[in-house]
Amino acid sequence: MPVESVYPKLEPLLPLIRKPVQYVGGEVNSTVKEWDETDVRWALFYPDAYEVGLPNQGIAILYEVLNEQDGVLAERTYSVWPDLEQLMRENDVPQFTVDAHRPVGAFDVIGVSFSTELGYTNLLTALDLAGIPLLSADRAEGHPLIIGGGHAAFNPEPIADFLDAVVLGDGEEAVLLITSLVRAWKRDGEPGGRDGLLLSLAATGSVYIPRFYDVSYLPDGRIARVAPNRPGVPASVSKHTLLDLDAWPYPKAPVVPVAETVHERYSVEIFRGCTRGCRFCQAGMITRPVRERSITTVGGMVAGGIKATGFSEVGLLSLSSADHSEINSIAVDLADCYEGTNTGLSLPSTRVDAFNVTLADELSRNGRRSGLTFAPEGGSERMRAVINKMVTEEDLIRTVTTAYSSGWRQVKLYFMCGLPTEEDSDVLAIADLAKKVIAAGREASGRRDIRCTVSIGGFVPKPHTPFQWAAQCPPEVVDERLRMLGAALRSDRAYGKSIGYRYHEGTPALVEGLLSRGDRRVAAVIMAAWRDGARFDGWSEYFSFDRWVAACETALSVTPVDLAWYTTRERDYSEVLPWDHLDSGLDREWLWQDWRSAVTPDGASEVEDCRWTPCYECGVCPAMGTEIQTGPTGERLDGRRLLPVLPVLSGAAGGR
Amino acid sequence: MRFASHRDVARVFERGVRRAGLPIAHSAGFTPHPKISYAGGAPTGVASEAEYLSLALTTRNEAADVRERLNAALPDGIDVIAVTEDAGGLPASRLTASAWRVILPGVSPEAAAPAVEKFLALDQAPVERLTNKGMRRMDARAAVVSLTVVTSAVSSLNAVSPTGTVSSVEAMLSAAAVSPADGASGCVVMEMVLRHTVPAVRPDDVLTALSGISDLASSVPAVMTRLTQGVLGETGVVAL
Repeated sequence: MPVESVYPKLEPLLPLIRKPVQYVGGEVNSTVKEWDETDVRWALFYPDAYEVGLPNQGIAILYEVLNEQDGVLAERTYSVWPDLEQLMRENDVPQFTVDAHRPVGAFDVIGVSFSTELGYTNLLTALDLAGIPLLSADRAEGHPLIIGGGHAAFNPEPIADFLDAVVLGDGEEAVLLITSLVRAWKRDGEPGGRDGLLLSLAATGSVYIPRFYDVSYLPDGRIARVAPNRPGVPASVSKHTLLDLDAWPYPKAPVVPVAETVHERYSVEIFRGCTRGCRFCQAGMITRPVRERSITTVGGMVAGGIKATGFSEVGLLSLSSADHSEINSIAVDLADCYEGTNTGLSLPSTRVDAFNVTLADELSRNGRRSGLTFAPEGGSERMRAVINKMVTEEDLIRTVTTAYSSGWRQVKLYFMCGLPTEEDSDVLAIADLAKKVIAAGREASGRRDIRCTVSIGGFVPKPHTPFQWAAQCPPEVVDERLRMLGAALRSDRAYGKSIGYRYHEGTPALVEGLLSRGDRRVAAVIMAAWRDGARFDGWSEYFSFDRWVAACETALSVTPVDLAWYTTRERDYSEVLPWDHLDSGLDREWLWQDWRSAVTPDGASEVEDCRWTPCYECGVCPAMGTEIQTGPTGERLDGRRLLPVLPVLSGAAGGR
Repeated sequence: MRFASHRDVARVFERGVRRAGLPIAHSAGFTPHPKISYAGGAPTGVASEAEYLSLALTTRNEAADVRERLNAALPDGIDVIAVTEDAGGLPASRLTASAWRVILPGVSPEAAAPAVEKFLALDQAPVERLTNKGMRRMDARAAVVSLTVVTSAVSSLNAVSPTGTVSSVEAMLSAAAVSPADGASGCVVMEMVLRHTVPAVRPDDVLTALSGISDLASSVPAVMTRLTQGVLGETGVVAL
């Protein structure tokens, strides 16, 4: 029986709320299939507002991979703003998909992608609005399977009670695997019921079913053990790694929004993974090894993507795009192909040492000069060695000089505060660095109107990194250092006015820390905060530190642990970490050695980049049976084959 | 598309034009914009069958071809009705009046007709609206060329949902828990012709004026659609 659209009940509510068009759907490249012509149905949920969730690459990729399959249907759902949430409750409108306004409770699987831990309370809102029990243990036949993924899912323990299953790593093959198991289970009459399906997922060794593991604790609060509570369940669960990204050129035709969203461009991942070894960076650690897309694939994806979307900007995404083995050819050839078509090219923040003049010129060729961002992260050279971001002051000055003399007027620099072994002087060094950047820029460009923006936030130690044992810096210390830095920047007469300063307060970082390295006991904290009204915790208009502190006090009062225990406490080698049974491929020994070598008083040691220097045995490749996949292929792009129907404009404005 | 703002619609056209492969001209300067201009957009929350825009193309194209390609590229809910070639472009000043249909769910025709009569007999009807330029005052009566109650039969009306399927006003009413058997039955459809004044008077301003002089309030928001936009002719608004 087909499932009915909730749109007739939703429409009268739309004039009463802000930005109603985000709930209306009907976007270009949205896919709606007949319910009855499919046998496995996914609702893909990004737990934040539409404007953030729609451009998300992860959901865009899975949406296409699933919809390309016969008999499989995938639709999208996002968090509704509190004004609509209220009206939905009053008018009995359930959580719905944007594509066909179907109630998400009717789907077989809800796949939730967590880029950040701050989306956890939004998960509860969506489940509640969908009429699905919040706890996995309370769900029955007829309720969808709730599966979590995304980077934050590498430690899903704080939300383990709310999820039926978790997938770590790349989702493309994983969702197809899950789809085939769900299809078989349904076709065979649902043998074993819900648990039967979950057991078949667990047996693959690469889907984590939290309910099949018990966690026991020591009297002092540390975890004693995490172990399977039934046969057929592996002791540890591994992440998925997609090899040969050229064979998976998604997304080909992402959904084009009508509403305004945070990114408005066609994005191509030019590679996954990272080999630089920055010690704080969870993304770099958990996405190893590096797997590049070839220049030919990138060119084809760009051509197809522009034609399918009509976007006038293309983003070449990765963790460090300037590291791609063929980045100069890619930039030059794409700029050549699209010259005169008013198509902008952008790279997200690039490493200081990989940026160069060719790249700078090619990026600015099509007239649109998107801002340049670099991430030194540490203010002093000593600090940068601790985090293994081997950027010298000389590198930075040379790079920004290139940028300013190529015509850029604005450079943004990202830093973190509260890194391990940090002192006040390391943060104040940022001010000196910023002033040198302005001085170099004024000289290189011959102008005084050049600017630099310093953007800085509190460091949160993350699972599966060498810093996973570190004590998080207390917010008062972070805030004091940020205040000092602001004062140092403002007080400078010569340069102060040319330097912009953006910073994030320390307290949201503490809650992020709780959720990042928490264990199953934190579920009660999340529930308490949510019941107290926590929503959209990633948004400063909605985030309330006091609410979370109160939730910790209530929920953790019966335990020997508290908020500080989860955040500002340093862990020991022998302590069982809540995510130790989840395998990212990294060798725990290696992570520990890297941590000790970072904080040794003799000065941190440098780990080089295994793309170009010998392997330093982080453990991923042998553990996962994977390998680095990089070029260069030596190919070039042929503009005549790449160019879509867009004719070259003659005489009209293009280029500079 | 009823809920799309003007900027949303502008974005839809920019991308639609690129997908359609139309040779759109761009402005000069550091951030070139595609040369698409609009004449008098409908406010957010209002549907329209009568919007005008102009595209500057760098090469001559068959109007019918432009229409076909653009329509194929545009999302559901936006359709190009007609394309004409016009070397002069489209100044908004050539559009001087609009005809609107307004559906008021949950309002009885017995209340509507006398209210309309009373309104039309007024010399002026001052209303206020908060805009981003601050509180604006205007005379709703001066802009109204004609205002009539068309019909109160629920079953003859259809509203189009965003996916293109037709849902009846009845469904909307039942969703809003307004029952036709309530004594205050059905809903009211009005049609009005408004001059383009400055500041612009919109159908909801006329509704504000009406509810000020009578008991015409409804718990469900009114549904407004612009039917035609152009110049005032003898029988009503004539499209360009």
